[in-house]
Amino acid sequence: MAKYILKRFAYMLVTLFCITAATFFLMHSIPGDPLSYMAKKLPEQTRINYYAKYGLDKSNVEQFGIFLKNVVTKGDFGESLRYPGRSVTDTILKGSAVSAAVGFQALIIGVAIGIALGIVAAYFRNRWPDYLIMFLAILGVTIPVFVFASVMQYLFTVKYRLLPTTGWGGLREMVLPVITLALGSIAGYARYMKSSVLEVINQDYILTARAKGVSEFNILRRHVLRNAFIPALTLLGPEVAAVFTGAFVTEKMFGIPGLGFYYVSSINDRDYTMIIGTTVFYAILFVVIQLVVDILYGVVDPRITLTKAED
Amino acid sequence: MERILEVKDLHVHFNTYAGKIRAVRGVSFHLNRGETLAIVGESGCGKTVTSKALLRLYKPPQVGIGETSQILYSGEDVLKMGKKRLQDYRGHQVGMVFQDPMTSLNPTMKVGDQIAEALLIHNKISKKEARTQAVEALKLVNIPNPEKRAECYPHQLSGGMRQRVVIAIALSCHPSVIVADEPTTALDVTIQAQILDLLAEIKEKTGTAIILVTHDLGVVANFATRIQVMYAGQIMERGTTREIFYQPSHPYTEALLNSVPKLSSKDKGELYSLKGTPPDLILDLACCPFCARCPYCMPICRERMPEETALSDTHRVSCWLQHPSAPAVGSLNNARKAGE
Repeated sequence: MAKYILKRFAYMLVTLFCITAATFFLMHSIPGDPLSYMAKKLPEQTRINYYAKYGLDKSNVEQFGIFLKNVVTKGDFGESLRYPGRSVTDTILKGSAVSAAVGFQALIIGVAIGIALGIVAAYFRNRWPDYLIMFLAILGVTIPVFVFASVMQYLFTVKYRLLPTTGWGGLREMVLPVITLALGSIAGYARYMKSSVLEVINQDYILTARAKGVSEFNILRRHVLRNAFIPALTLLGPEVAAVFTGAFVTEKMFGIPGLGFYYVSSINDRDYTMIIGTTVFYAILFVVIQLVVDILYGVVDPRITLTKAED
Repeated sequence: MERILEVKDLHVHFNTYAGKIRAVRGVSFHLNRGETLAIVGESGCGKTVTSKALLRLYKPPQVGIGETSQILYSGEDVLKMGKKRLQDYRGHQVGMVFQDPMTSLNPTMKVGDQIAEALLIHNKISKKEARTQAVEALKLVNIPNPEKRAECYPHQLSGGMRQRVVIAIALSCHPSVIVADEPTTALDVTIQAQILDLLAEIKEKTGTAIILVTHDLGVVANFATRIQVMYAGQIMERGTTREIFYQPSHPYTEALLNSVPKLSSKDKGELYSLKGTPPDLILDLACCPFCARCPYCMPICRERMPEETALSDTHRVSCWLQHPSAPAVGSLNNARKAGE
């Protein structure tokens, strides 16, 4: 087990290096740079000094080397180029905390309701509860977030004046973004769980359980749920990672100062350090969570072993 | 002898988009306490459907059971049992062994727990006690090292072992009937013999009655007390094992017997096989369902289904060849010959 995790960790470092390098050189090859919007007006010598201050006069490879050295030796992603004085690491930590606060609530609600609806749809296959749930799930998948968010804002703030439209701070501000974000998860998990449960309840071992005299409720609880959840676990990994990086559109629409918000604006600003910081952050999360999911597979499904069998 | 199970006029149909598939068409039979009854026939003859119906494992609306049908367990109609009573009946009074041990165990549950689950439902015992009894059940089905095996997941056991576990589950609550639906089909030949020996041994030890569903007459020769031959959802012939093997009276039974390869045969020719397939059960079939494949088919066979003729107390056959005016054919036993 320890050996397996160590091996995965080594692969992770390789992956991270590739992602960092790719992001770095791709961003630098896009025309324009973070200083160009104001450097244009400066006299020649000032501009050269200005670029030298941030090390942007050096070649791309040299810049990449310096960047890597800082990250590896000091764990420092540098300062935002656009907003001098703002540390990239700080911004990411603060932003992701906000994103996670909204995202986790949405994910938990989404997974719980989605799984429940999926099971109901499977058990009532081809009857009205199934049709209703699948209709709503299709809506949930197809309606764009910005449309749904606007409708929610209109309904709950303009028409009924129950909740604030945008902003951040209290619980009241969180309700609408959480519902908006949860909708996608609900729809996704309902559809996924339905097909997964359908597959499991037609398995022979469910018949064995029934022939043992197990009640339908206990068949669901003890035999169906665990086996049906294994495929859904795959879906969960990337979603947990995405929770921290925030939902770009939703955060923009509700004015939440999450990481998604900064991510989008940093790309517009060619804020190299911010972009790379966020990308690496997301990559680390993604790879680590993928590892956790792989380990969880082994816990949920005894047929999966992570290490080669000893005997 | 006491009839532990009695099936009267069982009809089972599946509702599909193509129409109503009538898989079992008016089957009646009984099972005596402690005996072994074999149900034989090709694939798609309604054997499995009949056996699953005995535990009421089919649920409406996809599957319907005839309104006049009755399945009596010690006189109580299984088809009219309430939810709670049915759960107690399943596993406690009638246990079931399924065809494919590779798929009939829950892959994410230790086998010991799967046996203990049945025990906990039907007995007022502690989890620990259930655990001990589960290990006992594993011992009864000759699994070596049962304490250790109880902690295994199904994928850690071989096919033969898994089938033993499935049998242990069926046995665990000491049912008076075990329904075994082709318990050896998915296993290789040496394991098949072991599993059959095990079933015979268990019958000896516990006195439970067994309904063995199989398509292999060779399997039942040494094992069954009585045999009934099913075709297209009906029973074509029934009798004691001796009667079926030595006086087969239905052309279908004869064909099944001929399909069993014989070691003693000097003939180096091709093995016999019955041509064609059973009829599509979506059809109505007013005639004898076997007429299209029967070498002795007569005009009447294509028009009407024959009545059941009694050849002895135990031996019955549904075939027009038993009619007094039918010709004597081949080696088949028929009423006229018997009377001569």
